[in-house]
Parts: sequence; C-alpha cells; structure tokens
Amino acid sequence: MNLHCSVFPNLYMDSVSLMQVSARLSALPGVSRASVAMATPANIERMRDSGMAVEVTAKPSDLLVAWVADDTQARSILDDVRQWLKPVDVQGGDAQAARVPGSLEMGLEAQPDANLALISVPGQYAAAEAMKALRLGMNVMLFSDNVPEAQEASIKTYASAHDLLVMGPDCGTAIVNGMPLGFANVVRPGAIGLVAASGTGLQELTCRIHHLGEGVSQALGTGGRDLHEEIGGLAMCQAIAMLAQDPATRLIVLLSKPPAPAVATRVLQLARDCAKPVVVHFLGADAAQLASQGFMAGHNLQHTADVAVAALRGQAVPAPAGPDPERLAQALAAVGRMAKGQANLRGVFAGGTFCYEAQLALVARGLECESNAPVQGVRVLHSRTAGFGHSLLDMGDDEFTQGRPHPMIDPSQRNTRLLQDAGDPGTAAVLFDVVLGFGASAEPLAELLPLLKDAQGRSSAAGRHILFIAHVCGTELDPQSRQACVSDLCAAGVLVADSNIEAAQLAVAAILALNGNQS
Amino acid sequence: MNPLFQQPLQVIGLGLAGFSDNLRAAGGKVLHLNWKPAAHGDSGANWLLANLVNDARIEAANRQALQQFLDAQPVLVDAVPASEAIPAMAGGERRILHAGPPIAWADMCGPMQGAIAGAILFEGWASNIDAASAMAQRGDVALEPCHHHAAVGPMAGIISPSMPLWVVENRAHGNRAFSNFNEGLGKVLRFGANGDEVLARLRWMRDALAPTLRQALRSAGEIELKPMMAQALHMGDEVHNRNAAATGLFFKRVAAHLARQTQGVSALEFIAANDHFFLNLSMAACKSMLDAAAGVRHSSMVTVMARNGVNFGVRLSGTGDRWFQAPANPVDGLFFPGYDVNDAAPDLGDSAITETAGLGGFAMAASPAIVKFVGGTPADATRHSRDMQHITLAQHTAFTLPALNFAGSGAGIDARRVVDRGILPVINTGIAHRLAGVGQIGAGITTAPLTCFVDGLAALAGQLEQ
Repeated sequence: MNLHCSVFPNLYMDSVSLMQVSARLSALPGVSRASVAMATPANIERMRDSGMAVEVTAKPSDLLVAWVADDTQARSILDDVRQWLKPVDVQGGDAQAARVPGSLEMGLEAQPDANLALISVPGQYAAAEAMKALRLGMNVMLFSDNVPEAQEASIKTYASAHDLLVMGPDCGTAIVNGMPLGFANVVRPGAIGLVAASGTGLQELTCRIHHLGEGVSQALGTGGRDLHEEIGGLAMCQAIAMLAQDPATRLIVLLSKPPAPAVATRVLQLARDCAKPVVVHFLGADAAQLASQGFMAGHNLQHTADVAVAALRGQAVPAPAGPDPERLAQALAAVGRMAKGQANLRGVFAGGTFCYEAQLALVARGLECESNAPVQGVRVLHSRTAGFGHSLLDMGDDEFTQGRPHPMIDPSQRNTRLLQDAGDPGTAAVLFDVVLGFGASAEPLAELLPLLKDAQGRSSAAGRHILFIAHVCGTELDPQSRQACVSDLCAAGVLVADSNIEAAQLAVAAILALNGNQS
Repeated sequence: MNPLFQQPLQVIGLGLAGFSDNLRAAGGKVLHLNWKPAAHGDSGANWLLANLVNDARIEAANRQALQQFLDAQPVLVDAVPASEAIPAMAGGERRILHAGPPIAWADMCGPMQGAIAGAILFEGWASNIDAASAMAQRGDVALEPCHHHAAVGPMAGIISPSMPLWVVENRAHGNRAFSNFNEGLGKVLRFGANGDEVLARLRWMRDALAPTLRQALRSAGEIELKPMMAQALHMGDEVHNRNAAATGLFFKRVAAHLARQTQGVSALEFIAANDHFFLNLSMAACKSMLDAAAGVRHSSMVTVMARNGVNFGVRLSGTGDRWFQAPANPVDGLFFPGYDVNDAAPDLGDSAITETAGLGGFAMAASPAIVKFVGGTPADATRHSRDMQHITLAQHTAFTLPALNFAGSGAGIDARRVVDRGILPVINTGIAHRLAGVGQIGAGITTAPLTCFVDGLAALAGQLEQ
C-alpha cells in the first residue's frame, strides 16, 4: 500500500461533486483511503492531517487526487478518476454552439434581465463574485460560508449604497417571488414577509405560517453575522426597507439571535418607522422587553408564527402554548418504561437554529447541558466523539461538515451519531429534526428508519426503553411528503412533535419527570 | 426603490448545480454558470478584479481608448533607414532594437543573441561573430525593445540603424509606427541566422530593395493598409501567420510602379517568393492603431502583447509604459519533419501585435487553413474567433469574418475580461529553433499568460486608489 497523488492543472469542480468522486474512489476495491479536492493550502493540510503526506506543487485552481492503494492498480484507478472528472458535454458535441457562460458578466450577456445571483462557490471567492454581481446591478443570495467579515462589510456597504439586497454570506434559505433559493420549503404565497438571520429558523417560521393557513410574500435571509456590530444589520435594514415598499407584504416578521445593542436599536427604529405591523423574535432574548418597546414579540419560533398569523387576521395575540397534552402524556408514559441509569437527553440536529432553540428550552427549565454551539449558560462540548450528560449537537456546524455534505443534504453522519447516542446505556431520550424542502435530502428517512427499529430492539433486549422525539420541518407541498415522513416516524415508535420547541419541551418534561422519579 | 419583488425572478447560479436544478424544477428561470475561480485561484486577485467590474472610470477610459483604436487609419507612407525614422537611432550611437519586453543579453534566447550578433556585423561594428557577441556581452551596444520606439519586428525583431523600415502613419491621429522588412523563410536574421548569405541578403535589401520600394511608393502614392487587410481576411488570411492573400494584394498595388524602377524586377521577384512579405506591414499597421489607444488613464485595454523568447510582456493603455511579464506559455503546434518540441525556442516576437489588434488568432475564422497547424478543424477556427469576442470591448467594424456571418473580429482586449472569464488571448505563431540560425521549425497556437493580465489589473487598481 502506497500513497499516490495526481494533479489536474486548472480543473475546477465544486466541493459536492468532488465529495462524490472521493466517495467513488474510496469505494474502489483495494483503495484504503482517498481524497479529491481543490489544491488549496487548507485542503492539502487536511490531507496531511488525515495521514496522507502529499508532497505536490499545485495552485489552488488545480485539482488534487490522493489515494492509498497497491502500486499495481495505480494506473487503472487514475483512468477511472479521469473518467469521473470529465466534464459533461453540455454543448452536445456541437463546436458551433455558444460557450456556456463562465462568469457573471458573461451570464448577464446571455440573460440580460437576470436580477439575482445565487452564489455557492467556495468562501474565499464568494465575496468577489457577490461584489461583481452587485456592480452589475444584480441582487445576491450568498449561500457560501467562510467569507471574511471585512469583505462581508464591503459588499453590504456597496449594496446599501446602491439599493440592492445581499442575503448572506452563510444564508441557507430564502423564498423570493415564490421561488426557492438554497434550502427552502414550498409554502403558499401570502401577506407575511420575513427577514431572518437564522436559516432553519426561517424555514420553521414559513412552514408554521403555511400550516396555520396563511402564506409568505418573501422570506429573506441575511446571514448569521448581519446583526453583529461589524456589519451593522445592513442586510436586515435593506430587507425591511424593501418589504415596507412591497404591496404584497402586509406584515413583517424579524428573526435573529440577540443583535449587538446598537444594531438592535437601528433595526428596531427602522421597523417602527416602516408603517407595517412588525413581529420580532430575538432567540433567547426577553420578549417582554421588546413588547415594552411596542413590538409584537415571539417567545419562540412556533409562537412567533402564531403571533404573526393572529396579527394578520386581526385576532388577539396568543400566549405561548405548551406541548400538546396527548403527546405530553405519551412522553411521560415512556419515562415509566425506562431502566435505572437512563438519565440523559441527547439531541442530534441538522438545523442549527433547532439546536439553539432546544438548548434555550433546557436552560429555561434549569437543566444543565453541553453543546458544540452553546447558548449562554450551556457548557462547551466535553468530547466531539461522545456525549456527556445532556448533550445537544449541531451536526451542521463546521467541525462536523469539513469535507462532508451538510446533514440536511446527506443525513448519514447524523444518523450514525444518533444511533451511537441511542446505544449509550445512560441515554433516556433522543431528540432530532428532519428537514424537508428543496435542497434537502430526497429520502431523509430511508436510512434512518431501519436503524431506529434496530436501536429500539437492542435497547429492549437490554431492558431499556428510549424515548425518540422528532420534529419534521416541512409542508405537504414539499418534494418529500411531510405526511409520509410523520407517519413513518410514528410507525417506528417516534414521538413526532408539531414544532421544534414542542419537541424540546416534551424532551425536557420527560427528563424532569425522570429526575422526579429518581429523587 | 429596488424593483426585485415586482419583477419575475431571473437567477444566475454559480457553485452548486443542485440549487439551480431546484429553481428550474420549481418553474423558475435560471442560468447556471460553468464557473471556476479566476486568476489561478488567487483569492486576493479575485477580490481585486471584482472591485474593477463596471467601474465608471474604467468604462469611460475604455470607451475612449477603443474609439481611438477603431478610428485609426494606418497608411503606408515611406520606407527609410531606421536612423532616419527613429530619433534614438539617429545619433550614431550603437543601438539595436529587439522584440518583446526588455531583456539583458545574458538572458536572451539563442535566436535573439544570434540575430543581434548578426546585426552588429551588418553595421560593421565588429568583424566576426565572436567579437560581435563579446561586444554585446560587454554592454557596448544599447539593446532596447522595438516597442520603446513605436516599432515592431517579427521573431527576434532586430532593428539596427541602417536597416530599412516601413513607415506607417495613422492619419486619424498623426502617430507613426515602424517595422523592418521581411527577409523570407529559411536562414534569416529574425530566426538568429547570421551567416554570409544572411548578411548579403540584408545588404541587398538595404541597398537595392528599400530604395526601389521607396521610389515605387512615391510613384504609387500612399497605400491605405486597413482596407487591404480587411480584404485579405475575406481571402483566407488572418494577416499574422498567413499573409498569402495580403502579399498578393500588395504586389498588385505596387507591381506596375516597381516594374518601372531600375531594380524593380528583382524586387518583384523577391516579394513574389515570400508569402509572408506583408506580415511586417500588417504589424506596423496594428502598432500604429494600438499606439493611438495608448496612455488613456484608467483604461484596461491591452495595447501591447510581445515576446522576447523568454518572457511574454503586456502593456495596458491605462498603465502607460509599464510592462507586465510572465514566462511564455508553450506552443501547441506542428513541427517540420525532423524537429520536435525539444528543439523549440520559447514563444518569440512582436507579431502578437496583430492579435492585440484583433487579427491573427482572433481572426482565425477567416483562415481555416491555419488551424491545420494544430490538427484542428474549421469549426475550431470559428470557435477561437467567437471566444476572442468574449474578451474584447467590441467588434471591429473594418475587419469582418465571413464565417461568422460577417461579424466583426474582437476589438480591444479588456484585461478585466481576460481574467474574469478565464479566456486567454489566442496567438498564432511560428516556432523558432532554440539554436541560433536554424530557422523556423514549425508553427502553431499559443496563449498569452494569465499572470500578465492579473498583474496589470493590480497596477490599474493601485492607480484608481490614488
């Protein structure tokens, strides 16, 4: 077994395609390890860290293939890789056909009325592409992450000065003029316009609004850093200004983690002046304080959607609801079947905001927990590879997605972790999310359902009972059927909540009941 | 107010194709780019480039530079010794001009050293090749690029004071450009040959050919070069690597006037025997047109592309006399029998001035015969010309391409477009043997190195910040 390496000069492919090639290469018989990536210093470093000591001279625009296998196979393996890397002949072999545009400016020559650039290129190039799009008069959705903050400030400053919208960087979802951008659920058109600095939070809001019978005019993302002091909420302010002028939007919802104080003042002042009703939810912030400033405030994602829909219909603002009594009874009944030593809650999330909101639910009830993306009052992770006590993981966070697809696209890594936690004798309840919609896995449960059955079977054999609680973020209009997902999960013995906060509250109730039993 | 919400959404996607597929599935209009990072993946250069896109100062400067280039009217007015045409060659100083960006004697490739040694002998400054080489080595002869003196020369591009030059004047702006005379193929100075046969031919060209042509020109009157080049494009030339038609047109224009001169017949025989005779006129015409566009502050238009046998050099209108250099790219070509790529000198010569002006590789659609050098097809030729239209500011009104339904050849290379679109200027070129004096050993196609344009943009960006 030896390390082999091959450089393809000036061949660019996106990371998802390269991960697919990596996976095919790793699966070849005789190949013990493989990596296919653009030859950036960071990627080369990562290959070395993973035990492949590649020594090559290559530019970041070159494609680097490295694998460990017997020398005898090297040639045939390289032939296979070359075949996989061949571009699809998009011109149908007709040399006379027009060249596929390679840059934004060329794209605009081919489609002169384009009004939005959807950018998901690697982070070190993403801001440059966004700046080009803006300078050519286009609005931008920037899905890419790892964009330097100074560049984010530059592009947003330019956009604000030219009355253009920049959603992102690290903006995972948006619905503009009814069209899904990035990860997005299919919801009915309507009168509620949303602006969010939180991706899955925005998906949860749009889905809930849809379930309640109302619809969405625009769902705009800003990227998670927008309301930091350094960026100043420029994207959120631009979005509010545009929604204020949009005749289809009759009510505006703002969603963010708590902003920097100066930014909050600025955003809220604009919201107050926009002449449309505004519902605000700052995850984990004191809703009463917002209410005292005259805003309709949400206590959690579900409540925020409920408030928005009630306000739109001219109804009284509802109080935050607790969990459904029937489901609460089911959760508590499960506690009765648990063995001694089952004590811990394990949350394994694909959606970052879902992990965040679940932590808030634990903290609100005085439960100590750990997370890789901790909110205030939560410990940092004890170990990346095994949970400790109550442990809530955001599997979409960078540390789990290096070189791998996001768990919303490919849930296999998340599923593996979920099963690992279910197998821990100390685990009482496992909390997880299933995110549907465009961009998400086409069959989010295909792999998980048999694994769940297996895990429940094994814990039964050991005299334990695991309470699985899930929340499905999606609608019946999504490409994946929400109804089918919910009934499949129920059939597998999973308690399916109506919302993320309800799922977390059910889990908290079970843990508190367990503590009560044991004390 | 931003009208996005009142318009149908039209998306350009770059990066993950799945997002564009989803939009299409949802009934949206989307164009997914065949994107890759610009500038060899240098993220700093990508950011710098992005901030030059659609810059109002650059756009205005480019409009001006392009218009001056398109307005230029190159006219052949005279044939005179270099010492009369170029002030720096007049004072009796020992000065020799060469192709490409500046380069020291010690760094020059074989053919260029051979040609310079030959020119020293030709001028009578030394009595043999060894002495001539030693003289150049000592720095006793000033060696400067042709481009520093409004001149151009193919291959080694050697111009010494007593050599005859074509004088081309741009009637629209009054600037003049110069080129040496084409010696033909085989053992010639421009490929580094410097034997007796070569020097004897140069002397005949100086003493007989040039004065005869000068007399014939006086008789024929000035010759408008732009229409002649445009006509040649319609006759299968791209007026860089194929000049058979243009040479024929020139021959027709001067034949009767030459025939009346004392040495007219030998001049006619010389022109008729060399299909590349017109190349140097094409080059001088291009140089005069591009000099008209030079020095427009903030312009990203390319005004010079030239090779010295080691480096490729580029100048932009907005950055004036600065050269942006990088090692020349390899040539993809066919070799004459008995030679291969190991025998080849790196890309050489000022003749890429034709591509800079939208001819040569840019006009390959006009000259399908040329693509045979790289085993290509006529479809490849039209593809090259179409590609080049993507990196230019406009299309020529004077130079049109029948195979592209008489669309204009690309005019005015924009360094920003080269970098942004990752499409390199295509150059048709002859291949010189790496040893002096062997001559041409093949021909083919090469490209201008990306680094030159990236560096040029960095300089332009620095200028904009001031």
